[in-house]
Amino acid sequence: MAGLNLSRRLFRNGCATILLYLLMASVALLLAGITAFLIRNGWSVLSWEFLTQPPRDAMTRGGIYTPLIGSIQLIAVAMAFAFPVGVLTAVYLVEWARDGLFTRTLRLAVRSLAGVPSVVFGLFGLSFFVITLGFGASLLSAGLTLGCLALPVIVGASEAALTAVPKDYRDASYAMGATKWQTIYKVILPAAFPSILTGAILAVGRVAGETAPIIFTGAAFFTPRIAQSLLEPVMALPYHILVLATAGTAIDKTRPIQYGTILVLLALVLGVTFAGVLYRARLRLKKQ
Amino acid sequence: MGKTIKFQTSAMNLWYDRFQALKAIDITISERAVTAFIGPSGCGKSSFLRCLNRMNDFVPGARVEGEVFLDGRNIYDSDQDVITLRRRVGMVFQRPNPFPASIWDNVAYGPRLHGVRNRRELDEIVEKSLRGAAIWDEVKDKLRTPALALSGGQQQRLCIARAIAVEPEVLLMDEPTSALDPMATARIEELVRTLKERFTVAIVTHNMQQAARISDETAFFLDGEIIESGPTHLIFTSPRDGRTEDYITGRFG
Repeated sequence: MAGLNLSRRLFRNGCATILLYLLMASVALLLAGITAFLIRNGWSVLSWEFLTQPPRDAMTRGGIYTPLIGSIQLIAVAMAFAFPVGVLTAVYLVEWARDGLFTRTLRLAVRSLAGVPSVVFGLFGLSFFVITLGFGASLLSAGLTLGCLALPVIVGASEAALTAVPKDYRDASYAMGATKWQTIYKVILPAAFPSILTGAILAVGRVAGETAPIIFTGAAFFTPRIAQSLLEPVMALPYHILVLATAGTAIDKTRPIQYGTILVLLALVLGVTFAGVLYRARLRLKKQ
Repeated sequence: MGKTIKFQTSAMNLWYDRFQALKAIDITISERAVTAFIGPSGCGKSSFLRCLNRMNDFVPGARVEGEVFLDGRNIYDSDQDVITLRRRVGMVFQRPNPFPASIWDNVAYGPRLHGVRNRRELDEIVEKSLRGAAIWDEVKDKLRTPALALSGGQQQRLCIARAIAVEPEVLLMDEPTSALDPMATARIEELVRTLKERFTVAIVTHNMQQAARISDETAFFLDGEIIESGPTHLIFTSPRDGRTEDYITGRFG
């Protein structure tokens, strides 16, 4: 009886193992397939010139210098806004806010914000940043709109990171006569920082690939040069991809460029992620 | 013996919402002596310790009635500043809790909080505190290495060094050896005996032998009340209350 039971359990265990392996493999395969497809179609156009030359001849030739720099600028503006605001919001929610109707509403609002379709952010950016605040269709408007998109991701990750800081650290700090702000600034934030950074990296990934929020707010079909100030419009990789895929007439010429652009965008996001992971690993090493 | 009283409580009650954790606590804690609080789990001894530096302020629903005098002043008076109080009354916790930073940074944390910036001065405080916690010789060559790389016992002595770096008058210790092995425990106990030359020490312990070994006075807590308190040798040799005797002879707890 016991033996039969055991063999049945082992059989089930085997099935579960195989099933999980298959699922894992199919996800990996899907990812590898997409990457391989992109590389096969876009690899041929990749070159130093592709990265350092602006598009020419109605996007049928040249590179993606302007949208690449534009995307980096957009990410920088978005994060310069969303990172401090997001982290401090989380600090407020975790450390100061008492559990009440106001806090709960605030939390719910932040969570809901994460589920709002990105095109709605675009329309919000158009009416608020572009028109009401008068920033025009610009790097600033588009960057801030993307920042709004990144905000819930950063708040959520920071909240989780701050909550995960052991109570022991707080106790130790307060027991030495630290004020609340000293404790947060010198103990809790440094301890939570690696995880907060993870959230920020996720947010960059989310922001870098968005098209809808920037179409109305500052992404340009074409600009002759990279933006010299916050109030100029910019080209951006995701919008450039859309343009290449939909607006061209010489499809056979633009298609390789389109795949090449996707590859660069992918590499940009992966590059940011990788840099973040390395930095985080170094921080952890220093502490333990 | 002519002892000076450091802490004195008078009819102190502690409530957590509707639950009364401490009932009518009247006790004195002598200066530059070791006072041990013993009693079974949940008897209120740790809660009482946390009332002495107002760490219970952080517990939602916690409320203290009555008076707790430190050098004759009620620390629950509305004009008592908790920052100053906690600087005067330091604390060491059950689990060693160094910050995830270097040994030096851990010890310098407190003095920096209170405004010491000068590097040489901080170096001196760090050395003095580490010596005071009997850990200097083990760490003097690696002050810049992470504190979390130390053993549990070393971490706990580091935490003691960190606590005394702000020169408190009182050191509260909440079962400081319960997470340590016997060797590390012995070193902490030895340390506690030297600490009382400079500080008033109040220590919560589960371990009655420990209380007997290191304390001058002992208070026995049961169900939120102090059943008996007095000189340690008397509590352990001739307890007046039957419940104290039952506890120290191991009949319960």
